[in-house]
Amino acid sequence: MTTTQVLLTIFVIAAATFLTRALPFLLFPAGRRTPGYVAYLGNALPCATIGMLIVYCVKGVSPSQWPHGLPELVSIAAVALVQLYRRNTLISIVVGTVLYMILIQKVFL
Amino acid sequence: MPLRAKKTFKAAFPHTIPVMTGYLFLGAAFGILLQSKGYSHLWAGLMSVTIFAGSVQFVAVNLLTGAFSLLNAFFITLMVNARHVFYGFSMLERFQDTGKYKPYLIFALSDETFTLLYSAEPPEGVRRGSFYFCIALLDQLYWIAGSITGALIGSRLSFDVQGIEFVMTALFVAIFTEQCRVHHNRIPAVVGLAGSALCLLVFGPERFILPAMLVLVLVLTLIRKPMERGLAQQ
Repeated sequence: MTTTQVLLTIFVIAAATFLTRALPFLLFPAGRRTPGYVAYLGNALPCATIGMLIVYCVKGVSPSQWPHGLPELVSIAAVALVQLYRRNTLISIVVGTVLYMILIQKVFL
Repeated sequence: MPLRAKKTFKAAFPHTIPVMTGYLFLGAAFGILLQSKGYSHLWAGLMSVTIFAGSVQFVAVNLLTGAFSLLNAFFITLMVNARHVFYGFSMLERFQDTGKYKPYLIFALSDETFTLLYSAEPPEGVRRGSFYFCIALLDQLYWIAGSITGALIGSRLSFDVQGIEFVMTALFVAIFTEQCRVHHNRIPAVVGLAGSALCLLVFGPERFILPAMLVLVLVLTLIRKPMERGLAQQ
């Protein structure tokens, strides 16, 4: 690709990315009343979306192959448990990440 | 720094620490990959400044090494980023009074920034708009710094950080757990997790997101009446 083609490609990717993020704001501009259904979705969607993001993060894990997704399962459970007991997001994340790194580097070889 | 800006930064920064870890390393991974295809750190920086979307930038590396097609680039980006539409819907109300910061907040609504903005509340005396802006900007700066550093020092990194990318999964799980703890109504969370997992099983890792989004909206729409009745009772 020429430099111009690269620049154009980057510009199009940036514009399409912005479009996916801006679409709801373009459809329902501030000031005008948002329909009840959209307001309901706006309230119900975030938790559902974060659930979807978790699945998105582990989509590459294959349960049929060694180590059967165990490092992910154990680390995710650890994050959730630490969060429930300590209620400190940072501690939960550090514990889960360090545990995961140990599991894949030292335990499940 | 003026006093108010300092206060906002102090309130916002702690929220961004997990994202800092993740973005520095993932950004570096992106920079290394891009550099290995013959694009310098300047390209990495330009992409992180203008695009700022992790998964799309990794896909973009392939687009930049393939044949030139703007239409192709446009539709692949829409596909990879489709889930971002949900972030906007979730933030319609929260972004309402953010004034001049709103355009940037919308631009910078990545997976991680969305999750932080959804769960973080500004303390008293700190304005929502500037608080959100500070979080979003810090996140993007980490991402830019990571990607440029990665492209510059690239393969000279030798210490073993295999698995560090799990910090993002951990962030989502921690905030998901916290939201389930504070909200009485856990049905949306369960719908999101179970619906997406089901779609992953049925459609496979490469094409489950769009069906999952449809299923989520459909199920949430079908249970709207009982959900709203439940909310009214609380």
